[in-house]
Amino acid sequence: MIGVEHYVVVSSILFVLGVLGIFLNRKNIIVILMAIELILLAVNLNLVAFSAFLGDLTGQIFAMFVLTVAAGEAAIGLAILVIYFRGRGTIAVDDVNRMKG
Amino acid sequence: MLQAFAFYLFAALVIASATFTILARNPVHSVLWLILAFFNAAGLMIIIGAEFIAMLLVIVYVGAVAVLFLFVVMMLDIDFAELRASFMKNFPLGIAIAAVLLAELVLGIGAWQSGGLELGTASGEAAPLLGRSNIESIGALLYGRYLFLFESAGLILLVAMVGAIVLTHREGRAVRGHQDIAKQIARRPGDATVNTRPESGKGVTL
Repeated sequence: MIGVEHYVVVSSILFVLGVLGIFLNRKNIIVILMAIELILLAVNLNLVAFSAFLGDLTGQIFAMFVLTVAAGEAAIGLAILVIYFRGRGTIAVDDVNRMKG
Repeated sequence: MLQAFAFYLFAALVIASATFTILARNPVHSVLWLILAFFNAAGLMIIIGAEFIAMLLVIVYVGAVAVLFLFVVMMLDIDFAELRASFMKNFPLGIAIAAVLLAELVLGIGAWQSGGLELGTASGEAAPLLGRSNIESIGALLYGRYLFLFESAGLILLVAMVGAIVLTHREGRAVRGHQDIAKQIARRPGDATVNTRPESGKGVTL
């Protein structure tokens, strides 16, 4: 029978794949954003799994808020990406130091 | 039995498509694999009875976020081969960090499995309503106990929308000269001409 630990294992693997994606595609900010979406998906899967198996809907409500933040983050991130590309003609983020931070 | 089969099918597909998302050479393929991952995650959520979040995942992620990614990837003219140059260079570091993270997660799950970690139990305040569907229970909770959080989630989306528009908006400058149609329409004969009776020798003010 499928228990909560199956879901925890799947979402752990998904989380690690997302982190790995950030490191493998360090120059390509589009794929970095996609890897962040994968990480948030793993978190959502975990929240929903625990919510369903504990019989408490708070996890699903929280997953909805994570979804909200993920959507906003993707929109803002891609907007920043578009204006960065307009200014530089590339999206290589190996050395983003224009703000001298 | 069927549930277990569906779980393993969806789980294998979600992990495979996540792997291809981060390994694909072409970001368009990455986005398409990401969409497949979202669909399979939605399937995983459906088989434990969280239909609302699953549908939300399909609508929000596949319908909005992934299509936004697709638009951006296709709109920008990017040399992806150049971006991929450091892929192999970063491979050992990435694998090492992923292995460390995975070891930590395995240790955590192992501690929980062996009883070394007490997770606590649900208080029951947010339990699903008896005899009602998942969506009805979530709606009752969302518009009752979490109303203000729900409102602030809407506020976050509004701020994100305004931010994205402000960041990417370009003034359409000098496309049609300096014509201001509203100013033209608002102009009246009384404002445009004026009768004066200048005294001789004093000059006029314009």
